[in-house]
Amino acid sequence: MTTHAPILDTQKAKSEQPKNYLNCSSGFWSWAGTLDHKRIGIMYLIGTGLAFLAGGLFALLVRLHLWEPNGMLFTNDQYNEIFTLHGAFMVFLFVIPAIPGSLGNMILPLMLGAKDVALPRLNLLSFYLWVMGAVLAALAIVLGGFDTGWTFYAPYSLYTNKAVVTIGLGIFLLGFSSIFTGLNFIVTTHKLRAPGLTWFRMPLFVWALYATALLQVLATPVLGITVLLVAFERLYHIGIFDPRLGGDPVLFEHFFWFYSHPAVYIMVLPAFGIISELVSVHSRKPLFGYKLIAFSSLAIAIISFLVWGHHMFTSGQSTYAMFAFSFLTFFVAIPTAIKEFSWVATIWKGSIALNSPMLYTLAFLIIFAIGGLTGVILGALNVDLHLHDTYFVVAHFHYVMMGSIALAFFAGLHHWWPKMFGVMYNETLAKIACVTIFVGFNVTFLPQFEMGSQGMPRRYATYVPEFQPYHSASTVGAIILGSGVALMVSYLVASLFIGKKAMQNQWGGVTLDWLTPTPPPLENFAHAPKVTTEVYDYSTLDLKSTQTPIG
Amino acid sequence: MSHDGHHSVVIPAPGPEFVPHTVAHHFDTPVQEFQSAKLGFWLFLATEILLFGGLFAAYFYYHDLYPETFRVGGQQLDWKLGAVNTSVLLLSSWTMAMGVRSAQTSQKQKTMLFCALTVLGAVIFMVIKFFEYKAKTEHGLFVFPHMFDNYQVDGSSNAGSLAWFTDVHNVMVDETGAPLLHGHLFFAIYVTMTAIHGLHVIIGAGLILWIMKGVAKGRFHAGYYLPVDLVGLYWHLVDLIWIFLFPLLYLVP
Repeated sequence: MTTHAPILDTQKAKSEQPKNYLNCSSGFWSWAGTLDHKRIGIMYLIGTGLAFLAGGLFALLVRLHLWEPNGMLFTNDQYNEIFTLHGAFMVFLFVIPAIPGSLGNMILPLMLGAKDVALPRLNLLSFYLWVMGAVLAALAIVLGGFDTGWTFYAPYSLYTNKAVVTIGLGIFLLGFSSIFTGLNFIVTTHKLRAPGLTWFRMPLFVWALYATALLQVLATPVLGITVLLVAFERLYHIGIFDPRLGGDPVLFEHFFWFYSHPAVYIMVLPAFGIISELVSVHSRKPLFGYKLIAFSSLAIAIISFLVWGHHMFTSGQSTYAMFAFSFLTFFVAIPTAIKEFSWVATIWKGSIALNSPMLYTLAFLIIFAIGGLTGVILGALNVDLHLHDTYFVVAHFHYVMMGSIALAFFAGLHHWWPKMFGVMYNETLAKIACVTIFVGFNVTFLPQFEMGSQGMPRRYATYVPEFQPYHSASTVGAIILGSGVALMVSYLVASLFIGKKAMQNQWGGVTLDWLTPTPPPLENFAHAPKVTTEVYDYSTLDLKSTQTPIG
Repeated sequence: MSHDGHHSVVIPAPGPEFVPHTVAHHFDTPVQEFQSAKLGFWLFLATEILLFGGLFAAYFYYHDLYPETFRVGGQQLDWKLGAVNTSVLLLSSWTMAMGVRSAQTSQKQKTMLFCALTVLGAVIFMVIKFFEYKAKTEHGLFVFPHMFDNYQVDGSSNAGSLAWFTDVHNVMVDETGAPLLHGHLFFAIYVTMTAIHGLHVIIGAGLILWIMKGVAKGRFHAGYYLPVDLVGLYWHLVDLIWIFLFPLLYLVP
């Protein structure tokens, strides 16, 4: 480890640094009113990061409670509220907005060689819609909480005496935040690509965000009207979802999953995009099957609209519809497997650098294989009838949501951290944290597959003593996982103050985001760059830039 | 936004009564700006259609479940008022189109006139809608007890014993005088759809007023009429949705 220069010298060096987006202006309003995509990305990073920590805290409370068969901490009603808070915070405030909002905002215009996103004011508006959604979610806790699960199933969500209307409006705003981000990315990708940057020269993170954006724009409005109808139902008893008034609660489920299944891909496609970038850069090899990965994102986006019924195999729908939904669900596995195989083939015989972003990437590849395959198992109609609403489902979607998406987010964060802030975190601690998170995650959720297949239902505050070993192991895992995350947050934040200077091109990337100065200046590029080479062509790599510290 | 070394593209004004338009700093050409905003707005309109799509799906579903209720329910609505409103909105779409055209040809007075006529159409539409709602309320067809109206449900209470619940189920009777199954559900869907549409009419009228403010200041002309175009598109969408609402709610047996 190198020693740091005395503080006075560092400050002197800072004042000599070229102007970048971080130091070009200062003061509260230069951030709160900024139209710069990079600053908005940083604000999203802070916001969604805090939501993740809050959601994680709720998760730890859930796990601690389940240490004993009769529950350690809460009454049954309190338990319902805590797991609902965990789900709602994680899904709506973290997993959906985190990658597009923070890394997407930061990197997409850089990768396209653009000065900003196409609609910067709309971009700021989406951030503030997110903030308002978060405020309403917090307000809902103050006004009595909500205990419906993150799915808000009718008719319970119509009857429960809790702040469902408040959180419903919050989700409506969060939905439009997500829609506007997606809309912005579609327009930016179509209209602001640098000269020579053809569609098939775009980095795969851009392709993934583009496919995500299509889903954000086309699926989220249905969630918007659904939560509005729930609010009207509670306020005025319109009866659309209320069985006592002639309404059909199953219609709610159809509406909800028509959004929320594509939403799963709104969450996971950006993660796929990050992994595509990282396996290439850290193996220093062009991506295997570039076009197939690009098209598989679009294929997933399209098929994802046709499979929502697999969440409702026990809700009462026609048998023939269930056949179709089950069959179409298997179809999603094909483009997904194409990605997984292409990533592995990219690493094969590559010049692999086992640094922390790559460690997170490898962890992703292992965990996502399990998360994806158990999804196919659950998509099988007859098996799902047995496993529906058990911990097997909980384990499956945590392998995707937490193990894959959050880990890919961490991987991307470690990868672009030097780009964003011009500093490097402590690599040794980063590797320790990554291994801790990987071990903690698996210890938490592997036992849940087993107890789920034995019949432990999800969302129960108590359980029969036979399940205690699994629950206890899971709780131990959650504590390990939590300490890994705490370690990660600590060294990342510490790096901002005591971190070494990053290299101009820390990992040796060849996409446009690594060709701007680090950290980028306000308008990213002095002149719009011209792209003349194919994507991921490492023969163009200027090795000197990977050895040159910034400034 | 300041930026060193390059100048923003400026579209000159066609005359002294107009002001030039500066292209936003991150665009290279006016065409790029125009096309970006246009594409973004069409995508936004798609989200609006999908938002209403949920309501239309609910309409078709319950029409299928309770066809008799929807037949009698449709007869309770005044198709003549609905037809007048349809004509008003269609005409206002024409005045809006003329307003956009006038802005594109830098005709300030004509743009103001046609925009004002469009707002007038919006006002007429909402006034007629108000009287329709009023009549329905007086006839006891709207039974939407507010959640605080002495109504506490915890899922276990016997809802049938609540007074309003009887009212809800007796909203409409058929030709023999027997209560129609879930009569209020038809009006719930009618109110939800038309009220959300009405909200769009009000927002649209507000946007047109904002356009008129810009026209008065000379901000829109042959060189730059993007916001007028976009608000025009929004207004046509509001019109289009009503074109579907009117026959489905008032005319379909």
